[in-house]
Amino acid sequence: MTALTTRLPSRFLPVLATVVLFALTFGVGSVRYEGFASGQVIANLFIDNAFLIVLAVGMTFVILSGGIDLSVGSVVALSTMVTAAGLRAGWPVPLVIIAVLVIGSTLGLLMGLVIHKFDIQPFIVTLAGMFLARGLCFLISVESVSIKDTTFRSVATAVIELPGGVTITYNVVIAVLVVLAALYVLHRTRFGRATYAVGGNEQSALLMGLPTARVKVGVYVISGFCSALAGLLFSLYMLSGYGLHAVGMELDAIAAVVIGGTLLAGGVGYVLGSLTGVLVLGTIQTLISFQGTLSSWWTKIVIGALLLVFIAVQRGMIRGRRRQGAVAA
Amino acid sequence: MTESSPPIVEMRGISLAFPGVKALQDVDFRLFPGEVHALMGENGAGKSTLIKTLTGVHTPDSGSVLLAGESVAFSSPGQAQQAGISTVYQEVNLCANLTVAENILLGREPRKFGGIDFPAMRARAAEVLARIGVHIDPASVLETHPIAVQQLVAIARAIAVDCRVLVLDEPTSSLDAGEVAELFRIMRVLRDEGVAILFVSHFLDQVYEIADRMTVLRNGTLVGEHLTKDLDRRALISAMIGRELGALEAIEDASERHSVSGPVLVRAEGLGRRGAIAPFDLDIRAGEVVGLAGLLGSGRTELARLLFGADKADSGRLIVDGTPLHLRGPRSAIAAGIAFCSEDRKGEGLVADLSIRDNLVLAMQAARGWSRPVPRKLKDQLVEKYLAALDIRPANPDALVRTLSGGNQQKVLLARWLVTEPRLLILDEPTRGIDIGAKAQIQQLVTTLAAEGTAVLFISAEMEEVVRIADRIVVLRDRHKIAELDGGSTIDQVVELIAGDPVPEEVAS
Amino acid sequence: MKNRLLWPGIALVALLLLNLVVTPSFFALRIQDGHLYGGLVDVLKNGAPTLLIAIGMTLVIATRGIDLSVGAVAAIAAAVTCVHIGTSPDIGTALVGMAIALVLCAALGLWNGFLVAGLGIQPIIATLVLMTAGRGIAMLVTEGQIITVNNDAYRQVGAGFVVLPISILISLAVLGLVALATRKTALGMLIEAVGVNPEASRLAGVRARTIIWTVYVFAAVCAGIAGLMISSNVSAADANSNGLWIEMDAILAVVIGGTSLAGGRYSLAGTLLGAMIIQTLTTTVYTIGVATEVTLVFKAVVVITVCLIQSPKARAALSFRKVAVS
Repeated sequence: MTALTTRLPSRFLPVLATVVLFALTFGVGSVRYEGFASGQVIANLFIDNAFLIVLAVGMTFVILSGGIDLSVGSVVALSTMVTAAGLRAGWPVPLVIIAVLVIGSTLGLLMGLVIHKFDIQPFIVTLAGMFLARGLCFLISVESVSIKDTTFRSVATAVIELPGGVTITYNVVIAVLVVLAALYVLHRTRFGRATYAVGGNEQSALLMGLPTARVKVGVYVISGFCSALAGLLFSLYMLSGYGLHAVGMELDAIAAVVIGGTLLAGGVGYVLGSLTGVLVLGTIQTLISFQGTLSSWWTKIVIGALLLVFIAVQRGMIRGRRRQGAVAA
Repeated sequence: MTESSPPIVEMRGISLAFPGVKALQDVDFRLFPGEVHALMGENGAGKSTLIKTLTGVHTPDSGSVLLAGESVAFSSPGQAQQAGISTVYQEVNLCANLTVAENILLGREPRKFGGIDFPAMRARAAEVLARIGVHIDPASVLETHPIAVQQLVAIARAIAVDCRVLVLDEPTSSLDAGEVAELFRIMRVLRDEGVAILFVSHFLDQVYEIADRMTVLRNGTLVGEHLTKDLDRRALISAMIGRELGALEAIEDASERHSVSGPVLVRAEGLGRRGAIAPFDLDIRAGEVVGLAGLLGSGRTELARLLFGADKADSGRLIVDGTPLHLRGPRSAIAAGIAFCSEDRKGEGLVADLSIRDNLVLAMQAARGWSRPVPRKLKDQLVEKYLAALDIRPANPDALVRTLSGGNQQKVLLARWLVTEPRLLILDEPTRGIDIGAKAQIQQLVTTLAAEGTAVLFISAEMEEVVRIADRIVVLRDRHKIAELDGGSTIDQVVELIAGDPVPEEVAS
Repeated sequence: MKNRLLWPGIALVALLLLNLVVTPSFFALRIQDGHLYGGLVDVLKNGAPTLLIAIGMTLVIATRGIDLSVGAVAAIAAAVTCVHIGTSPDIGTALVGMAIALVLCAALGLWNGFLVAGLGIQPIIATLVLMTAGRGIAMLVTEGQIITVNNDAYRQVGAGFVVLPISILISLAVLGLVALATRKTALGMLIEAVGVNPEASRLAGVRARTIIWTVYVFAAVCAGIAGLMISSNVSAADANSNGLWIEMDAILAVVIGGTSLAGGRYSLAGTLLGAMIIQTLTTTVYTIGVATEVTLVFKAVVVITVCLIQSPKARAALSFRKVAVS
């Protein structure tokens, strides 16, 4: 067997498809609307979706390992609430940031431990986590709490100028750093490869002596950390804390990951795919807002349709690969 | 192989119980450096449990494990691996979504600047693969390779570290003859390097070919440890099944062949499926046992699946009782009186979480549809009849099938089809991975069924078994039917055909 | 089997007792105008939609599936019916509207079934499609407005009484019918067989696809009826909030009731208990005077507790008994 026949370009197909889709939607926008194809519109895509990018990165880890995390939207809400309430109580900004990240990671750790130690389905455990985080928001305050801290506000409004007059916020920098870190961890570290292995076949990974327990708990810690970080970014974006922030955002994160070409069954997928997935979702929203006459619910319908297309494509690929395997055997 | 050196592994008084089962009772086991040691026993004898106790999957309730004279207690396979105990399991326990190189080296990958050094990893993997004579691209994804190659990759993984103890738990069940020879060559090399090899196989020929010493288990207890040269097959088999060999001999007596000249029940004309099996012709008569012989991957299972409609044929037709039958799926085959016991009992056969009773009537119920349940009384009668007839244990119809041993599971699967009174029974490897007692019972059953007029298509990797049971043998090679032989043929004839010597013209199809 | 229902049962009794302590009149029942009123009746009435959806969900989960789209389907049913009724007070219009809605729901169920059984897509993701798009469709139907109706016949579905609330009578009737249909026929056994091992079932001649298809259609119709109850109760359809997160409550009810998300063996009685636990919890939080939003915290605690108690591993850890490593 030669290298040519055994290498599988089809593994990259979904990601490629996502990139093409992004180019297409963006292309449609640039052709139809003046001012769409500007660097700033692209920058705005990142600015408006920085929190979702961070969230999708965390979700990618979980889904790659074969799990799912429904709690991320609620943890974002809880983080905005802790941020807002902390700042209102006069905590210094660094302390607030540390508190938020610690809370998010701890929630992730707890969920991961319950999932791993007691063998309860991730779906149910993170659903409980979702309820818990949302409920905790309302324990802090039922009302929306606005953020008035000047340091925080100055960070939120600060912009970085890029060549070409394009401006971005610090949110974007953080999101990009998170993506880079995730790339390194997933592809260059033992933990990352073990994450793929656990998603591919957990029993085998265990028998291969890989640290499955660390992976299974670790991905939820990462997801919890990312959710908390996304919550901080969301606080910077909204400048308020509210228990009803980010309702349903877990679905957006899952949709972005799936549209990005990651198999929900685990084991196959890429962080860059998830990033592109977020950008596709963002572009669609931008398109609909540029259109003006289309109502917002079309976003949901289009996302649903996209999900469908990508799932069907993945399904076809899995079948194709099986057939290929059968012929090889 | 010498007893002068102390054993590398010594297990003393190992006991382990699972809820309701005493898996191991006070078992002693020792393994010397530089020997191939076969662990023998029927299914349920405790072989797998003993291995898993050694490799850290299970923790014994009592007893001690000594590695090189030092007491050890592994709590995970990873720890055992670090101590030099590598394991290759029967089912390929690798991650099919990762590359070959990762599968070989993950967990001990070369690193650079804190990250995994992929070029070095591929180079190292290629070295290891070359050592066992496998030439595939280390960067290719594992699932693009056939199972047999994946098995060799598993072995490459096991020997990629300097292992002191290599455990091979039925590694040969998915390898063809050439690959087995290759594996044995590797085993001898490793043995001569001083590695202690623990080998489990159901193929007695292989055991006698490669093993220096064997330990026999039965029902979770130790029967004895012998040098291979001191224990002949008969003695070994009696030790394993713990009873006289009447059953096996009876089968051999019943093996007088009769040529069946009844009407053709099922006829395949040019039936085939691309990538699975080339178009073939086949007649099966009522009361006839047709054996399918061929190596793994020769298209045995694929042929059977076409006859049952489990896969759709893309050429040819199937004629039952002289009428063409369009198979839309298993249901139409079942309606025509065809039954199929898959080789993959767990995956495609039994419904593990349902009771013996439910599994027994499943096919019958499915044929009746959900709206007409099998009457309770009939159900009880059937269950009672087949529990007794096939000697299924435990004889408790409410026991969940998952709790049964391999042999008993196979019998439940058989019974499910016997309940439907099929006219053609397709048995794909019905005796694989089950103990000798159950094997004999199933072989006996096939003979009886045929005598009663049922047509049987019998598939087995054990050529000896096919030759002994079949009235006619269909030989497959490389997804083609290459010959049909009379029942009186010998293994040598079959092997000659499969080995690929010039194909006689009259049988080339 | 009985053991499986023990803990959910204890949890429900404990919750009810807690209510009794907080509000001594909780168990009091009174009859007014031939209607039964009281704390328990309220629990039943408010829990009816969740119970109904959970019944459908039980069968879906038993086949190894899950249906995330039920909340969106409920919203669509409510939207379609209310838009059809409009300003008409006519009983005929109400009936036709409901019929259209339920037929549409059955079609949506067929769609889910097609993705799962036809294309072989993982249920969680297959139904995620409709979960995401469905609410958009419901908003499309109502054009983003809250549609209020004034139709007595329609109001009966969710707010009417025949001694007991009509909604709970409907849910219990469906529960009874399903229990009967699965016990007296072989449907239950075949659903479990498909759930435990779909391929083995197919090779044994079971019409696995038909069965999967059936349960998704049934779940969607249950969701539709539940959507009607919810909107009928307030005589309005709100595409945004009708049936929001009810799929999560329904899944919780099923899991609390002891049916494994891994498919196979299921328990309808368990689902009934599970749905009642969830509703009683909500009511309890309300009656003890905590902000309703905080119910979520208690829900999380109950879910985790019940799941831990049911998890063999957790039990083993608690009792320090040895378990087999599977």
